[in-house]
Formats: sequence, C-alpha cells, structure tokens
Amino acid sequence: MIRSIIWNGLWKQNSGLIQLLGMCPVLAMTGNVVSAAGIGCATIVVMALSNFAVSLLRIFIPYEIRIPVYILIMASLVTVVDLSMNALVRDLYLVLGIFIPLIVTNCLVLARLEAFASKNPPLLSALDGAMMGLGLTLVLVALGAIREFVGTGMLFAGIEMMIPGAHEIKILPDSYPGFLIAILPPGAFFTLGFLVALRNWIDARSHRRALQKKIAASAGVSTPVTPSTN
Amino acid sequence: MSQENMPSDSIIKISTRTAVILLLFTLAFTTLMAATYKVTKQTIDANTEEDKLKLIGEVLPISAYDNKLLQDAIEIPAMPLLGLDTPSQIYRARRAGKPVAMVLEAVAPDGYSGRIGLLIAVRASGEIAAVRIVQHKETPGLGDYIDIHKDKNKSKPWITQFEGVGLEQVPRAEWKVKKDGGRFDQRAGATISARAVTNAIGRALQFVAENRERIYAAPAHSKLPVAQPAQPRP
Repeated sequence: MIRSIIWNGLWKQNSGLIQLLGMCPVLAMTGNVVSAAGIGCATIVVMALSNFAVSLLRIFIPYEIRIPVYILIMASLVTVVDLSMNALVRDLYLVLGIFIPLIVTNCLVLARLEAFASKNPPLLSALDGAMMGLGLTLVLVALGAIREFVGTGMLFAGIEMMIPGAHEIKILPDSYPGFLIAILPPGAFFTLGFLVALRNWIDARSHRRALQKKIAASAGVSTPVTPSTN
Repeated sequence: MSQENMPSDSIIKISTRTAVILLLFTLAFTTLMAATYKVTKQTIDANTEEDKLKLIGEVLPISAYDNKLLQDAIEIPAMPLLGLDTPSQIYRARRAGKPVAMVLEAVAPDGYSGRIGLLIAVRASGEIAAVRIVQHKETPGLGDYIDIHKDKNKSKPWITQFEGVGLEQVPRAEWKVKKDGGRFDQRAGATISARAVTNAIGRALQFVAENRERIYAAPAHSKLPVAQPAQPRP
C-alpha cells in the first residue's frame, strides 16, 4: 500500500505529467529552479496537512457539505502556510507573492482530498498528499531547470533567498544571449509537452520490453515479435 | 444531537444539524488562522519595518540629512488623496535644521492585482527624490517592473524616470502615463500597473504641494492638524 502510494505519486499518477492537475504553478512558477522548488515545497506542506486533516475529520464531515468543508480546511491551511512563510522566509515569500494563496485553487489538492483522504486513514493520506506534492515538485523543478538553463544559461538564480550565502551557477558564458521564449509562458507549455512525451516514451518502452520478455519466455523460442505500439 | 437517528428528523432538523457542523468547522479553522496570525504578526511587522528602513535609505541617501529621521516623524490621518485608509507617518529629513526632504507613504489602490504600496521622497524644493514600491502583487514578469528589483532594465529602471521631476517641471494634469496623454513612460503589456503608480505619485505631489509648510512646521510626533482633503479638480 505504502509503496503503491509512493509509486503513484511520483510516477504512475504523477500530477504534473499524467493527471495534468495543478497547471497554475506548473506554468506560472517554473521560470527558474528556485521559485519552482519554493512553490513545490509549499504545495507539499499544504497537501500533506490538508489530506491529514480531512482524513482525521472525515467521519464528522457530512457527505452533502463535504466540498465546502474541504475548501474551508484547505484555505485555512494555506493561510497558515502563507503567514508562516511571510514570517520565516520573507525573501522567498516576496518572490512567490500571489501564488501561495493560489494553492487553494490548485485542483490537485481538492482532487486528492476527494479521491484519497476521504476514504483512507490519516497517516496514509498524509503520505499520499506529500507524495503527490513531491511528484508535482519534481516536475516543477525539472521544468524550472530546463527553462532557466535554456533561457538564461544559468541555474539556481536567487538561491540565496533559500540558502543564505549560496550562489547561482553560470553554466554558459556571459555572452550567451538568452532564449526569451523559454522564460515566457509559452516556454512552459513547450517544455511540459516534451516532458510528458519523454515520460510516455519511457513507459511505452518498459511496457514493450516486459511484453517481449513474456512472449519469449512462453514461446521458448526467440522469434522476433513486434507488439502493437502502445 | 441525541435524536439524530430518529426517523422523524425533519428537513429543518437535518439542515440545522448540517449548518451547525459547518459552523463548528468554520469556528475551529478560523481559530487556527487567528492563532497563526497572532504568533506571526510580530515577526511580520518587524520584517516590514526593517524593510522600510532599508527602503528609506534607497529613496533618500543617509548623507543627504543629519537629523534622526525616524524620530522626526509626524502622524497624518487617513488620507484618501494618498490612497491611505489608515493613519500613516511622514518622516522629515533636515540638514542643519533646514528641511531637505520628506518621506511619505502612499497607496495606488488600482493596481492590476490590488493595492500597490509606495514610498516617496519629495525634496523640500518640490521634486521627487526617488520612489520605491514597498508592496505589490502585480503579475511576476509582466507588471512587476514597477519594483526596481524586478525591473529587467537595470541601467534605467522604469521607476527612476520620476526622479528630479516635480509639479513645476510637469504640470499636475500631465502626471499620467503617455497612453493616457501624460508625460511618463509605460511598458507594453502592463499599462495598468504603470498607470496606477504614476497617478498615485501625482496625487502624492499634489498633497505635498498643498501641505508642505504645515508638514515641515509641525512638531515631531505631533498629529498633522487637519490635512485638508484636496478640492476635486476639474
């Protein structure tokens, strides 16, 4: 059960690449690695907490008003995260600005409350929330890294807001002119498209390999088989 | 709640029960939010104050004055002309006892995503020394160039075009962005943010022009008597 939750969150049901939920942060906050990781971490915390809270309280929540109650719980927890980040990591908070309150509108959070937390015990729900959030964060960071590198030739710009004293890494020389479209919103769509294709390709390949192995094993002879494309 | 399993539950009873449950949830989570607010308020206020001190340094270099700026403050009531709906402070910079500049807060209420907080330093002679954005929620990468730190044009940031300009150089009626027939630049794609800031600075200059003498003359820590609401201009 635990393994399948982790596997679902990180790969099989990955929110960024398969469910394609939570597109707002995916598209808006992935111009660089640092803000992508920041909004991702905030989402992990909100998802784990709200899944835990809803699961804990699920027997008290009447079926008819479950959605308003879920939204109430989510909104309160987001407010708590918002205030805490403002007090503790202010510089990063200033960068993420409006996108922290927007976690409330992330369908992914509500989807996991309805699909998982309302039917499962608290700890498993918290794990599911954290893993779904982590899956989203990995996609965010990958997108952020690709867009930042292609767009500016650097990585980790603004890292000093998270880790004081750390510096961005310049990979390409200063003469790199930059590739603006990677930083602009369309770049997010293009890069996300490539990532979805890559994930599907990896899945299809492992699928085909497994199938070939099975056929080879059952036939006993290594006749070349071309299975239908997935 | 003892009769909750009785079949005679009427619709009214069921809906009352549901409403009470929803109310209880609301109360519980509002308490949680209020508690977090209380715990974090001090830190957030301290952070904001520290940022403000840093910002004042940006609009008015420390070398420009020799008095204790934060002590030489007066309080003004909520001023609609400045966009403020709470009392605020004006800091007065002096050199050898003579007024050099004042630093005041203003709010542009009509930003693209809500209010934009400004910190404005106005020289005693009436020109803007500098303006900085203290708080905003404008779209990252689009409207946030009003904030000098987000402005991608590092050699000539947008907000610096106001420096050294006062009502004598640009008449009050032309304190608008060019798109509205005024004198000041806006950037393509995000006029609303620029318009809100430009208009707010124009109104602040008007406020300063109407109240300059009284602001500099008022004793420190006093309340500015009646900061008259400006006459609506044709």
